[in-house]
Amino acid sequence: MAAQEPPASSATVVTPDGDRAPGMAQREAMRILARGQGELIQPPDLEAFREWNRIHKPRALIDKRMSEHEAIARFVHDGDYIATELYGMVRGPMSLAREIVRQGKRRLRIAGQGVLELDLWLAAGLVEKIDHTYIGLEMYGISKALRRAVESGQIKTLVEWSNAAIAWRFKAAAMGVPFIPVRSMLGSDTFKYSAAIAVECPFTGQAVCLLPALIVDVALIHVHRADCYGNAQIDGITGFAAELARAAKRLIISTEKIVPTDEIRRYPERTIIPYYLVDAVVHAPFGAHPGEMAYEYCMDEPAIQEWVEASATAEGAQAYLERYVYGVRSHEEYLALIGEKRLAELRAGAEGRE
Amino acid sequence: MTPTYSPKEMMICLAARQMCDGTTAFIGVGVPMLAAALAMRTVAPNLVPIFEFGGTGALLKRLPRAVGEARTFHRAVAATGICDIMETAARGFIDYGFLGAAQIDPYGNVNTTVIGDHDHPSVRLPGSGGANDVGSLCWVTIIILPHERRRFVPRLDFLTTPGYLSGPNARKAAGLPERTGPIRVISTLAMMGFDRASGRMMLLATHPGVTIEEVLDNTGFDLLIPPEGVGVNAPPTAEELRILREEVDPERIYL
Repeated sequence: MAAQEPPASSATVVTPDGDRAPGMAQREAMRILARGQGELIQPPDLEAFREWNRIHKPRALIDKRMSEHEAIARFVHDGDYIATELYGMVRGPMSLAREIVRQGKRRLRIAGQGVLELDLWLAAGLVEKIDHTYIGLEMYGISKALRRAVESGQIKTLVEWSNAAIAWRFKAAAMGVPFIPVRSMLGSDTFKYSAAIAVECPFTGQAVCLLPALIVDVALIHVHRADCYGNAQIDGITGFAAELARAAKRLIISTEKIVPTDEIRRYPERTIIPYYLVDAVVHAPFGAHPGEMAYEYCMDEPAIQEWVEASATAEGAQAYLERYVYGVRSHEEYLALIGEKRLAELRAGAEGRE
Repeated sequence: MTPTYSPKEMMICLAARQMCDGTTAFIGVGVPMLAAALAMRTVAPNLVPIFEFGGTGALLKRLPRAVGEARTFHRAVAATGICDIMETAARGFIDYGFLGAAQIDPYGNVNTTVIGDHDHPSVRLPGSGGANDVGSLCWVTIIILPHERRRFVPRLDFLTTPGYLSGPNARKAAGLPERTGPIRVISTLAMMGFDRASGRMMLLATHPGVTIEEVLDNTGFDLLIPPEGVGVNAPPTAEELRILREEVDPERIYL
């Protein structure tokens, strides 16, 4: 085998305080150009992740159906790092998000790409640290729950990222690599307040941004259909479901429909999440309410407006939580509160494919 | 007779007129959605709207209210995901990007993260979302915001999304893709461009009835004035307004 040629660059590794990194003095390496000053809330441990996937992820076909209550009680713990997909207005795992509030999980660390679901957690005081990209209410304006939580100091750590950066961090974890080089965030305060690192690319010599892989403790994803083992399919855009599902140590799927495995096998190319990634399958019709589910039901705009108005004050937000979260014991009771008539209207309001 | 119109309608029409036919545009919530839908019915029938969570080439028969909703991929040519869309931008396939802003500085850098100190903010804003990626990776960006002195500031509280950073070569030095950056700022008072040599914002044309002084008074830094003078933007035509009100947003979600 031919000897490896050393790379052309003459740069050596330098630690932030200017010292040579131990054991690296004689080695050629990437030159660090800048470090984000934000905390790396969830440092990636790839060996532990592989080990986890070997030991805790059965390859056998096991019926994983359970209620929201059981799934959250079994798989979500205080202090966990949690990510949700897609977001509250659109195919968000809202029934699971409400169950987390109901069970009062504490000191959560979250990937902050969300709308209504993260708003509920912030209003309920469940969140301690955020890898933040966007928490807002889209056309309804900025999130008052986020404002109160951050401006009061309730959020201990808030680290900035771009939307692509969060998704690419999941992608890196899904690839089983420690970081991914990208061309976003460079030169900005978004970078400065992140935990990314800019280096001189060893191939091109240009500056490039390295994003650390993000392996989450728990991921919550709502899908159109799944079988009892967790083989899951999504219609329409897939957001970052594929990446997040593969970046999670524990994955809870909620689904509009439970289908026979035969139906999954008929269209295997539609399976975006294979069963072995999944720990729990929760049957949750209207699980994205008040958000929409493509081809199934439309957004419940008055219901969203109700949260927008209620969350303007801390008291209003609490009253909302009392009525729609603490005041019901399950997703079924929540749906009863919304009412069959309204749910039928939302179903009728879904855009078709024509 | 010139029809009456709102400042928002003026901004939408101006934004729509910036788009060339047969191009791709990264579309966010609000005014950019209306501008794209109007452009597709006027100057750019073959515009391809691209939405951050995967919608590509929707016909926009009905106006989306959220960047991931079904309307962003209804009758689209592709429905993928955020990684694919952002990687498509990184490969140089997305021509236009649209950005909103709480603050903008003379180099077209944008803040949507905080007012005040990052760790002790007086107002916590939504954050980057896809904005930093759009401003980093699309070929050109168009920034749309109300024209107020507190928004057009000499120095941002927080640089969420890069414009020309500190000057014309700063983007390249930072590692951002070459020959990219903001080309237009469309406000409630005027349309601005950027001086190629300095990367600084330049007043191109005021809206009808707005004076240059009014624009300068509402800008917290020195706007460059082009040697050939400042123009006046053509007001929305009756046809543009009809399309906007009757076809693009008949439910008056945004108008």
